[in-house]
Amino acid sequence: MRVKQSDLRRLAAIYVGGVLGALARVGLAQATPHGPGGWPWGTFAVNMIGALLLGYFFARLSDHPKDSLAHPFLTTGICGTLTTFSTMQLELFEMIDGGRIGVAAAYLGVTLAAGFLCVRAGIALERRPEVAR
Amino acid sequence: MSAAGWVAVGLLGGTAATARFLIDATFASRIDHPFPLGVLAINLAGTLVLGLVAGAALSGEALVIVAGGAIGSFTTFSTWMLDSHRLADAGHSHLVWLNLGLSLVVGFAAIVLGHWLGTAL
Repeated sequence: MRVKQSDLRRLAAIYVGGVLGALARVGLAQATPHGPGGWPWGTFAVNMIGALLLGYFFARLSDHPKDSLAHPFLTTGICGTLTTFSTMQLELFEMIDGGRIGVAAAYLGVTLAAGFLCVRAGIALERRPEVAR
Repeated sequence: MSAAGWVAVGLLGGTAATARFLIDATFASRIDHPFPLGVLAINLAGTLVLGLVAGAALSGEALVIVAGGAIGSFTTFSTWMLDSHRLADAGHSHLVWLNLGLSLVVGFAAIVLGHWLGTAL
């Protein structure tokens, strides 16, 4: 199998983005410990920031399409790795397992609604009208 | 956490991101449908493994490295949200609900099953 050099460069860009995204997420989780059943601020924050940034970068590529390494680095690499789905599910499981149904329902509802709004806000931010100078 | 632990988190994070990209690209090249099946499969598989690891009582630095560095990096929330937005934008509102519903319901079943398997180990 022949692998093009441009493909390898894209994989390398995604790898480096993944390293940075993972360090940021785990670092924030370590800095903001939460008790069992408590609100997981670390996961919540990275998921919202990542959704906002991904909306912004997605809109930027749609409006200015070009094959650059910055795009896979920022989207699949940083945003994809900074955010996490599995940890959110484990946190929901721990909340429900601990009998904190209300917190679990709130965490799920707020994460979904705010995550969706963050994507849209990121897109709107990139497409905002230029401020007149 | 030790310096070696942070290095492991970074290296596993990069590997997981690359694996996510390759798996998603494989799905996309073989399935000509707007539904984001690749990301769904990635998120569900990662969630099952995370349940297993958590149930198996892995703890301390090992848990942070495996759960946070590898599995947390492999699965993604932002792409799931962006894909849902794109489906809504393209007028596939039933696929939006399918994407959200399947991820949440099967994802929760996966964490429960994984946790049960991990505890039984």
